[in-house]
Amino acid sequence: MAKIIIPTPLRKFTDNQKDVQVKGETVIEAINDLIREYPQIGNNILNDDGSIRNFVRVFLGDEDIQALKQEATTIQEDTVISIIPAIAGGIS
Amino acid sequence: MAEITFSKAELERYSRHLIIPEFNIEGQRKLKAAKVLVVGTGGLGAPLIQYLSAAGVGTIGIVDFDVVDDSNLQRQVLFATADVGRPKVEVAKERIEAQNPFIQIKTYNTQLTSENALEIIKDYDVVADGTDNFPTRYLVNDACVLLDKVNVYASIFRFDGQVSVFNHLHEDGSRGPNYRDLFPSPPPPGLVPSCAEGGVIGVLPGIIGSLQANEVLKVITGIGEPLSGRMFIFDALSFETRTLNLRKDDNNPLNGKNPSQTKLIDYEMFCGIGQESEEEKKVKEITVKELKAWQTENRDFQLVDVREGYEYDIANLGGELIPLAKVAEEVNKISSDKEVVIHCRSGKRSADAIHLLEEKYGFKNLYNLKGGILAYADEIDHSLAKY
Repeated sequence: MAKIIIPTPLRKFTDNQKDVQVKGETVIEAINDLIREYPQIGNNILNDDGSIRNFVRVFLGDEDIQALKQEATTIQEDTVISIIPAIAGGIS
Repeated sequence: MAEITFSKAELERYSRHLIIPEFNIEGQRKLKAAKVLVVGTGGLGAPLIQYLSAAGVGTIGIVDFDVVDDSNLQRQVLFATADVGRPKVEVAKERIEAQNPFIQIKTYNTQLTSENALEIIKDYDVVADGTDNFPTRYLVNDACVLLDKVNVYASIFRFDGQVSVFNHLHEDGSRGPNYRDLFPSPPPPGLVPSCAEGGVIGVLPGIIGSLQANEVLKVITGIGEPLSGRMFIFDALSFETRTLNLRKDDNNPLNGKNPSQTKLIDYEMFCGIGQESEEEKKVKEITVKELKAWQTENRDFQLVDVREGYEYDIANLGGELIPLAKVAEEVNKISSDKEVVIHCRSGKRSADAIHLLEEKYGFKNLYNLKGGILAYADEIDHSLAKY
C-alpha cells in the first residue's frame, strides 16, 4: 500500500478524492493500480507504451522518481507519491 | 553599486527594508538598479507588479496585449470596474506611477511572440512569468535560457499553485533547472477539456503571485535561498504545501547534454494548437444566426447543451443538458430522426461530442453551433451572461 496524491485537475477522474490508497511494490505498479481503480485517469498519466507522459512528473516524497530508480523505484507502506501536472493558467 | 543614491523621500519610503540587517541599503540599491520584466498583467501580474513597484525595483517592464474584461475583476485586483475595455498595460502603468513615482515603467502593449521576445527580454535582468497558456510558458522559458536570464515562474489552475525559479545562476556559473527540465512538452490540447476545466479561485493568484514577487526580490538582492532546483506546490483546498526537488534533464534541447535548439521556435505548433481547429472543421456546423432562424420558424430540431450544470446555471439557450462526459451514457436522449444542434461554450466540446456520436454511434444528423453560446450572446441575445 502507498498513497498517491491526486492534483486538483485530475480529481474529476477519482470521484474528487484528493488521495488514493494503492497497492504495488514499485511506483509503476502503484500507478497501474490507480488506473485499474479509475481507468479514465490513465491517459493523463501514462503513454500508450506505459511510460510516464512528458507533461506529468511523479515524485516520491520530495524526490523526482527520475532521480531515483524511475518507474521501478520501490515503495513502502507509508510512501507518498505525488503526481504533478503541467498547469499553465486560468484559461488553459 | 555606490553610484546608486536615494533622495530623502526614497529613504523614508523604503525605511522598512533599510532596517532589516541582511537587506539594508545594499539590497535597496540592488532593487533600484534592477530591471524586471513581468509577462502577463493578469491574476499573477496584479500582485507581482504592485509589490515589485512598492519594493522599489528601479525598472519594471510589463507585457500584455489584452484589455480589461469584466471577468478579470474577480481576481485581477490591479483593475477597477471603470477600467473595463482599457488596455491592461496602460491601466497598470497608471496605478504603479501613482503608487511609486521613483521607478521607471516600460509598457509593451503587444503579445510576446517568437519574433519579439528576445528583443524585449534582452534588456532585463529577471523575467517574472505570469502568463496563462502553454505556448507563452515555453516561449518565455526558452527565451530566458537562450539569453541567460533568470525566469521566476508561477502558475495557477483552479485551486493549485506552483512556484519555482528557473535558470538561476549559481555561484559556480552553472544554471539551475528550467521549465523544459520539468515538463519536456505540454499536454496535447483537448486532453483536459479546456473551458469546462478552466477557472481559478480568485485569491489564489494573490497568494501565488506574492510568493513569486518575493522570489524576484530574493534573486535580485541575493538574500536567502531562491527557489531554484525546487518547486513549491500549494493546494488551496486542503491547505497542503510541498516543496519538491527538481533536477536537470540531460535531454533538455536547450542546455542538456546535446543541445539541439539554439533559437525560438513556433510555440503554437509545439503545443499542438491549430491542429485541433482542423478537427473542429470536420463536423457539420451552423451559425448562431442560422440557429436563431430555425428557432423563429419553429423548425422541428433538438438542441443539446454539452456543458456542465454549473455553466448552464450562468446562461443557457434552453437546450437539453447532457454534459460531455455523460454523452455516451445518455446517448438515447439524443434524437436520431431529426436535426440535432449541439453546443457548448465556444464550440470545442460540442465538436468532441459530435465526433464521438458519429464515430461510435453512427449519428449523421448532428450540427455543431459555431462559436457556442458565447457567439449567441454576442450576436443574438445580449442579455445572456458571458463567462
